[in-house]
Formats: sequence, C-alpha cells, structure tokens
Amino acid sequence: MGRYVARRLLQMIPVFVGATLLIFLMVNVMGDPIAGLCGERSCDPATAAQLRREFGLDKPLWQQYATYMGNVFTGDFGTAFNGQKVTELMATAFPVTIRLTVVAILFEIVIGIVLGVVTGLRRGRPVDTGVLLLTLVVISVPTFVTGLLLQLLLGVQWDWIRPSVSPDATFGELIVPGLVLASVSLAYVTRLTRTTIAENKRSDYVRTALAKGLPRRRVITRHLLRNSLIPVVTFIGTDIGALMGGAIVTERIFNIHGVGYQLYQGILRHNTQTVVGFVTVLVLVFLVANLLVDLLYAVLDPRIRYA
Amino acid sequence: MRGARHAGWAAAAAAGALAAAACGGGAAGPGPGVLSSSWGDPQNPLEPSNTNEVQGGKVLDMIFRGLKRYNPRTGAAENMLAERIETPDSRNFTITVKDGWTFSNGEAVTARSFVDAWNYGASLKNNQKNAYFFGYIQGYDKVHPETGAQTADTLSGLRVTGPRTFTVRLNQKFSTFPDTLGYVAFSPLPRAFFDHHTDWVKKPVGNGPYLVRSYTRGFQMSLRKWEGYPGADRARNNGVDLKVYTDTNTAYTDLLAGNLDLVDDVPAPQLKFVKADLDGRYINAPAGIIQTLAFPYYDPRWDKPGLEKVRTGLSMAINRDQITDTIFHRTRTPASDWTSPVLGTDGGFKAGLCGAACTYDPGRAKKLVQEGGGLPGGQVRITYNADTGSHREWVDALCNSINNALGNDKACVGNPVGTFADFRNQIGQHKMQGPFRAGWQMDYPLIQNFLQPLYYTNASSNDGKWSNKGFDKLIDRANAESDRVRAVRLFQQAEAVVRDNMAAIPLWYQNGSAGYTQRLSHVALNPFSVPVYNEIRVG
Amino acid sequence: MPEQPPYEPEGAVAGTGMGGAMDLAASEASTLQRAPGGPVGTGPAGRPRSLWSDALRDLCRNPVFIISGLVILFLVVISIRPSLITSGNPLTCELSKALEGSQPGHPFGFDGQGCDVYTRTVYGARTSVTVGVCATLGVALLGSVLGGLAGFFGGGWDSILSRLTDVFFAIPVVLGGLVLLSVVTSNTVWPVVGFIVLLGWPQICRIARGSVISAKQHDYVQAARALGASNSRILLRHIAPNAVAPVIVVATIALGTYIALEATLSYLGVGLKPPSVSWGIDISAASPYIRNAPHALLWPAGALAITVLAFIMLGDAVRDALDPKLR
Repeated sequence: MGRYVARRLLQMIPVFVGATLLIFLMVNVMGDPIAGLCGERSCDPATAAQLRREFGLDKPLWQQYATYMGNVFTGDFGTAFNGQKVTELMATAFPVTIRLTVVAILFEIVIGIVLGVVTGLRRGRPVDTGVLLLTLVVISVPTFVTGLLLQLLLGVQWDWIRPSVSPDATFGELIVPGLVLASVSLAYVTRLTRTTIAENKRSDYVRTALAKGLPRRRVITRHLLRNSLIPVVTFIGTDIGALMGGAIVTERIFNIHGVGYQLYQGILRHNTQTVVGFVTVLVLVFLVANLLVDLLYAVLDPRIRYA
Repeated sequence: MRGARHAGWAAAAAAGALAAAACGGGAAGPGPGVLSSSWGDPQNPLEPSNTNEVQGGKVLDMIFRGLKRYNPRTGAAENMLAERIETPDSRNFTITVKDGWTFSNGEAVTARSFVDAWNYGASLKNNQKNAYFFGYIQGYDKVHPETGAQTADTLSGLRVTGPRTFTVRLNQKFSTFPDTLGYVAFSPLPRAFFDHHTDWVKKPVGNGPYLVRSYTRGFQMSLRKWEGYPGADRARNNGVDLKVYTDTNTAYTDLLAGNLDLVDDVPAPQLKFVKADLDGRYINAPAGIIQTLAFPYYDPRWDKPGLEKVRTGLSMAINRDQITDTIFHRTRTPASDWTSPVLGTDGGFKAGLCGAACTYDPGRAKKLVQEGGGLPGGQVRITYNADTGSHREWVDALCNSINNALGNDKACVGNPVGTFADFRNQIGQHKMQGPFRAGWQMDYPLIQNFLQPLYYTNASSNDGKWSNKGFDKLIDRANAESDRVRAVRLFQQAEAVVRDNMAAIPLWYQNGSAGYTQRLSHVALNPFSVPVYNEIRVG
Repeated sequence: MPEQPPYEPEGAVAGTGMGGAMDLAASEASTLQRAPGGPVGTGPAGRPRSLWSDALRDLCRNPVFIISGLVILFLVVISIRPSLITSGNPLTCELSKALEGSQPGHPFGFDGQGCDVYTRTVYGARTSVTVGVCATLGVALLGSVLGGLAGFFGGGWDSILSRLTDVFFAIPVVLGGLVLLSVVTSNTVWPVVGFIVLLGWPQICRIARGSVISAKQHDYVQAARALGASNSRILLRHIAPNAVAPVIVVATIALGTYIALEATLSYLGVGLKPPSVSWGIDISAASPYIRNAPHALLWPAGALAITVLAFIMLGDAVRDALDPKLR
C-alpha cells in the first residue's frame, strides 16, 4: 500500500508540471495583458514598459514559468493586477466554491444513487423508463439554460429564493446553484448506478446470497450496493475537480464569487498570475481526488490489493 | 432498502433546508438609511491617479473632493476646495486652497496634499495609469520620460508657496486647464497614503462625504456617511454598500427581487420592459459618452483618397433612429456631431453639425460607396470586444442595417474579440483591418476632451492614427485662446474637419440608465453616468 | 497478494476532467470497460461477426434506435439542404420586427435582431451537426490511433501517453475554451472543432487503449502472432475490429455533448462568431430576453436539446446492443 501511494505520488509530479505548463502556455497565447489596463486608450509606452518589467513579462517564457513555479513552492502565487495577492483571492474564493461543490456532491450522492438503485432494481418498468428519459433530458439541456430558467422561476416569478447569492454564500443560498451545477453529473450518477446495479443483480454472489436465504434487503445493501458503488464512487471522486473548475457558468449566472468567478475575471483581464494560480490548485485537487478514489477502491472491494 | 431509506432522509433534509433558505431570503439588510448598489470590481488599485474606469471612479467620487467639482446636473466645473485659481497668461496658474478642509482621519488638506499627490501620479516609478494627465505640467518629461529612467522625482512646474497656495507652470498655453482639475486624478492625498501605502489601498482614506468602513475586494465595499464632512454636499443617507456583480443581468434580476436598491447600468435587453418592471423608478439621463466607429488609417486600404466617400456612405447606411429605438430603447440618442449634449451649446455641442452624412439614406449610401470605389476588400468587418457592454446587439443591428442598405447580406459582419484586453492589444498593435468600436467617455466636460485625445496627430486615444494638419493647427489655436467663446468656435471648426473627412463615424450619444427600489428617492445620475450617491434619500 | 495481479485503477477509471459536458461518455465508458474481456469474447457466441450482426438485428428492433436514427437522418438532410424546409435567409433581418411573436409565414416569431427564428433554427442545424460530426471524427481518429498504439505496444510510450492524458484531464474544459478561443478571430467552425479535438482526444485515447489491451490478450491474437503475422496486420485485422465497439459507443454519445459544449462556449462569448448561424449563438443572444420573449430562446434551445438527445439515445441504444452482458 505504502509503495503504491509513493509510486502514485511520483507519477503526479510530471502530470502536475505538464498541466501547469500547459495552462501557462495557453494563458500566454492570450497575449499582452497590459493593453487592457488603461481603459479605452493606449497605455503610455513608458508606464507599459515599467509594468511589464514589474510583472516579469519582459523575460522569455520558460524563465517566467520557472520563476513562477519557484515562487509557488514557497507559497507565493504572485499578485493580481489590482494589487491584491493571489493567495488572498484564493482565501476568499475557495471556501465559497468548496461549499458549492459540497452541495453539488451531496445532490449527486443522495438523489443520484437513490434514483439509480430504484431504476436498477426495476429495470424495464415504467419508473425506469421515465427516470431514464428524464436523465437524458437533463443531460441534453445545457447548464446555462437550466440555470437561467431556475433563477427566473424560483428567484423572480415565485420568489422562493434570492436570484443571486450574497457574499456570505451560505449553504442555504447555494442549494439551487448546487443543484444546477450537479444536474448533469446527477444524471450520470443515476445512469451509472442503474447500470451497475442491474448488472450485478444477476451476478453469482447475489444469487448465492439469496440462495443462502439471506433477507433481500440485506443482500441489496450489503452485497449488491457495496459492489455496485465502486464505479459510482470513482465517478463522483473524479467529478470533484471538474465541478470546482466547471462552475464558471453556474457562478456567473448566480453571481457567486468563487473560483469560477475569479478565473473568468482573470481570463477577461489576461491576468496570468490569477489564472495560473487557481488552475494550479485545481490540478492539485484533481490529482489528490483521483488518488483518494483509487485508495477507496481497496476499502470497497476487498478483492483489490495494492502492491 | 436500508441505504435507500437513509438517502431518503437526507433528501428530506435537503428539501427542508431549501424551504428554510426560502423563508429566510431577503433578510439581513444593510441597516437603516443605508442603500445597496451594483458595482463592478475595479481593475486597478483604488489610487486616484491609477483609476481610469467608471467602477473605481464611482468610489473615488464618494470619498474624494478635488479643487473643482463638476456640477452633477449641469456638468459645469465649480470650485470645491479651490478658493481661487488665477492666471495672467493661460500658462502660469496660482491656486489657493480653501481653509477648514480635512481628510476623514483629521489631517488638514493643504497645498502640500495636492502637490505630493500630483508628483506621485506623474512619477514613472509609481506605474500610475493616469500619469499623462500631468503631461501639461512643466517637468513631466523628466519624471516620466518616454524611454529610459526618470531623471527627477518631482514636477518642476509645481511649487508650494504657502500652506494653502501653490503655483503650476504648464509647458504650453492651456486656457481651460482649471476646468480639468475636477478629474479624479487631481485629488489631494493624505500623508497616510505615502507612509502606510499598503494599508491605505486596503481601506482608502479621503476627504469626501463618505468613509470606507470595510472593503472586501471582489465582493463588496461598505461606505458610511462621514459625520464630520466639512463640505456643503453632505450625504443625505447613512451609507452605501457597493456589491460586485459580474453580470448586469444578474444585478437587474436582484433589483427586481428586492435584494438590491440601485442598479446603475440597466442591461439593454431589459430596457424594453424596464418601465413596467420598475413602475417609473427608472432614470435615463444624458451622459458624456459618445460611441463611434473608428477606422485603421495605418492600413493602406483604408487610407486611400476618395475613401471618405465610402466612410460617409457607410455612415448614411446606418439607421441610427431605429437602432437606438429598438436595441437601446432610447438610452442612446442618434449622434449628429462628435461631442456630447452634456457640454451644452455654450460648451461646444452642436446638434446637426454632421448634417446629411449622419442621416439614414440607403439610396445615397449605396451610391457613395460605389463612387468611392466600393468597400475595401468587398466587406467590412466591425471589430468589437464581446465581454463587456451589450456591444454584440448593436454591432449585429448595425451590420444588418448596412447590409439591407447596400443590398448585400455579407457586406458587413461583426468581428467579436473575446476580451477587452485582447481588443486593446489588437488596436495597440495596429492589427485592425476595418472599422472598430470606439467609445469615448469624457474625463471632463470640455469640447477639447472630445476632440484632441481622439483626432490630434499621435494623441493618446487616436487609435486609428488619423492625422490632419489643418485639424491639429485649429486645436493648437483653440488651446491658446483665452476667450472661451472664441476657443469653442475654433474647436468646432476643427470638428468640421473631422466631418469633412468622416475620420470616424459618429453613432450615438450614450445615456446613463439606472433603476431603483421603492426605498429610494432623489436618485439622479451625473454627466459621467454615475449616481449622485450623496443626494439619495433612503426610506 | 502475490496471486493478485497489480491493479491499475487509473487505467480503468475514465477521467472526467472535461467538465460536465463530456462526463456521460466517460461514465458509460467505464462500465463498458469493466466488462471482463470487453464486449467481445464472452462465451462461445462472442465471435466478432455474430456480435455485429446480433447488434444490428437488435438495433433494428429497438424503437429508441429507430426514433433517434430518424431524427438524426432528418437533421443531416436539412443540414445539407436547409432550403428544403425553409425559403428564408437567416442573415436577412428586419430590426423593426424585433422580438415579435409568431405570425403567418414566421411560425417561431423573431429574435432580438428581427431575424426569423424558424429560419435561423433550421440553418443552425448545419453548424451544430458540422461541429458535432467533425469534432467527433477528429477526436475518435486521434484518440483511437494514439490509444490503440499505446495499448498495443505498451512500454515507455504508453506511460508517457498516460501521463499526457492525465495532464489534459486535469484542465477544466470550459476554462480551456475561454482561454484558447478568446484569442481566435476566425468566424468559421474550425477553431471550435479544433479546440474540442485538442481537449477531447484523451478520453477516447484511454478507452481505445483499454480495449486494445484487453483484445490483445485473446487467444486468436496470440495465435496470429505465433503464425508470424506482422504487428500492423495483427493490429488492423484482429485487434481493431474487436476493440472498436467501445470507441463507437463513446463517440456517439460524445457527439451530443460536443454540440452542447459549442453552445456553452457561445454563451460565454468564445464559441462561434457571427455571421455563423448556430443554436449556441442564438441561445446566448436570446438568454437576456428570457423573461420577456422566451420564444427566441426556447426554439433553438429545444432544437439543441432534441439533437443532443437524439445522439445520446442513439449511443445508448448502440451500447445496449454491443454489450452482451446487458442483453
């Protein structure tokens, strides 16, 4: 187990370097960030040159990357153009997005798995067909349409919720945005659970357990569910990173000032430091979540041993 | 189904939380007499000489007062902290600061407060984006050279001559210089700005009617009434909470739901129904903003003689009335000159100066374009940035108008650029291949500000690199002219040169628009399209 | 422990870094891959030819397949010849009619620019189908070639490619779109297609790699090798036909999600650019009018949803037909 984790950690290094380098290159493709700082007029050349020097933009690209990564390892993520430390931005943005992600994941687990189990056990019945069609519809409607519709109906027409989220972004306020963010993944979790339940229902160990005379409920929860949840857990685990980075649309619709908002602002203003900093953290979250998911395998499936 | 039952409980709990959130919604108001208003995250640190966009300017207008202040209604430059500004020759000015003004931390506002602030703003090493405003002051080339290191830290043209007096020497005659001093870059600064700069930027201290109580960047700024404010324009409310929104549509939705008191930019798509939505609590007031289409004169295809006919033809192919009506619901007014109505007729605004060239006439438009040799490359691509404002709507409408007039559905296409930064980059690197969006928001209400920065040879915002000797000469003469009426007339003659060459196509004058809740009264917008916060009454 | 082969979970877990739009394909793929030995080779009847003909017979009896197939056929036909069902020009717009509702000759009403929503919705199919089909072809080709080679040859190239796919999965897709497409000035569909291929190939790559690895272990491959067949012959004649099923399934489903992705990118202002006519552009332009003139939003959104739905259902049906375990 220890050796396995060590190997995985070692493998994470090239992926981490590769992903940050890739995003660094991509952000650089966007071009010179200075031009956008002076409003509807050109910056005077002296100030522009001075700013470029200050942000290290006059150096060759590889050197910028090396300097940046060197600083990151000492905890310095650089400074945004409005003079604020990127770490300060992170300190305000990440708690909000983490809350949003928690709400979304809860929806996935609770609703997704329940629907999946119900439909998986009743494959082919009307409830199965109905839920299956519903998941397809949810998947087919883009998130921004779902979000705009829910905001309009719940926030404006029926006045159930605030149409936008306050700076505190409490859990209560994040329920609807969380549902919107989770909606597509929710549909996948449902379908995934349904498929694996239906598949495992006919497996030998379930038949054996039933033949032994174990109560049906016990078979479902202890045998069937436990084994069927492995791919679901995998999916949800890897979804964490995607949800956090993919919240750009949801955060924009509901005016949530989290990671997606900071990234969007950073991109609009060509703020290399903000974008690369946030993505670096997201990449780390993604890698760690993947590792944890793989370790969870061993817990859920005793057949798996890590060497 | 034990697992499923647990899940069911959790779902019920989630539903309960939803209901609880719904019931609790709308509570936690900002406090009695305090209003909330929409805001955008300022792009630069909130230093006066570093703030060049409306969102940062909005705050500075609340926490600073300068030598002059533009009347919120008329736009006229009136003395605020200035007791007297005197000049014998339009080049040397003696400024006396009023007695009794202090910063909100108790420090007195003196001549020093101004001179230090201006020197800071001009100095290259401070990276101030408004530095060029001090470019008229003698010695600017030493503290802010175009290339190389600066050889002086202070402007030689500024001298403190007493606790409340200082002199300014300009490097050229500029008769309306005192009227530019209402611009935010000329604000005084307290010592705390220089001595504890990091703390100051986190929580700015000024001399205006409001204090910054708390500031969470990217989220919210809470401003409260400064009880000790010495000026006449005291705040009539207890404070303002500025809340950051990324999308103006969201802010508007929040206004409708009662979570926000004031929105100072009603998005174009909502305008059609805004009167019904807000029951008259809606303002549509002229502002010193003009939208034009500029041309890339550095591109030989657009710099041929005879092409002014094509440009005029394009101008006449634009149905300004219909676009301002349908897309903007009269929050824009069709332009008929190159300035703005907020200047007033005395200030140099002249309706109809453009004449027939700005009137929709599809028949003549088509003829003029043909006479001028047709569209360069057979098609115009109007470049704009897609991330801010509602630019796409009007560019699409503009193109449809041109296409319909010229009878060719591919004559004009929009060319959106993803980000404002990239848009400015492409302009700066002279990459434009056709007309591009050019918006101009005045810095101060003077006709000079609508012409010189935009059309003078190599001026700071002359993005199309248009150059005309006759125009330049008229501007020089106008600036040296000490008689106001004669100066304005000279500026208008220069404007006629712009018209005859159709250097840029004027589109429309932009209004400020705002919507507010029933809690507020006495809401107004100033000529800079910023709400006059200190006059708003709550409750 | 020694009797258990070392488990490589990350190979089996189809990553989901692509964000919402592409997750379905990934999740479906992970179930597909876990079927021991892949979709082929289960039981004596699992010979390639009978699998495909079985699948085809299955599909022809499946109403879901027939309906979605007909919808797609219709979409393809109107993509090629939109003039079959509309005589209008999507670029001719009359501003005076902006946001007007349904009226004779204009069943869907007008959008904010006074363009006919019906005509634009019909013409939008072409763009969406082009984006979807081209991106899917690109992704499938690039992904299955790279993944297939990596799975077949293994070794250092395989590890490098695995890490490289990890790198791409780690970058949120919408973010990548915002960054890369914000600088594009072309108003054709190719930048969007290129972007989707760039960030989409790792997904197919993993699936192709996995199924080639499982196909490689079959007896008939070993037999062919023993008979002295060359690598390219084994790969093309024996492995590819048996490994292609999961790729087809995932690609069909991904096609729908790519169309939705294009709309999302357009909503964020970095997708297709006018004068392209696309549902994404129209939905994005109409979304601010949602309160007052929902028809301008609902028709293109409905067309988009139906198209995506059709492709996903088709993929679903194909998956069911190709996965004998679920039959």
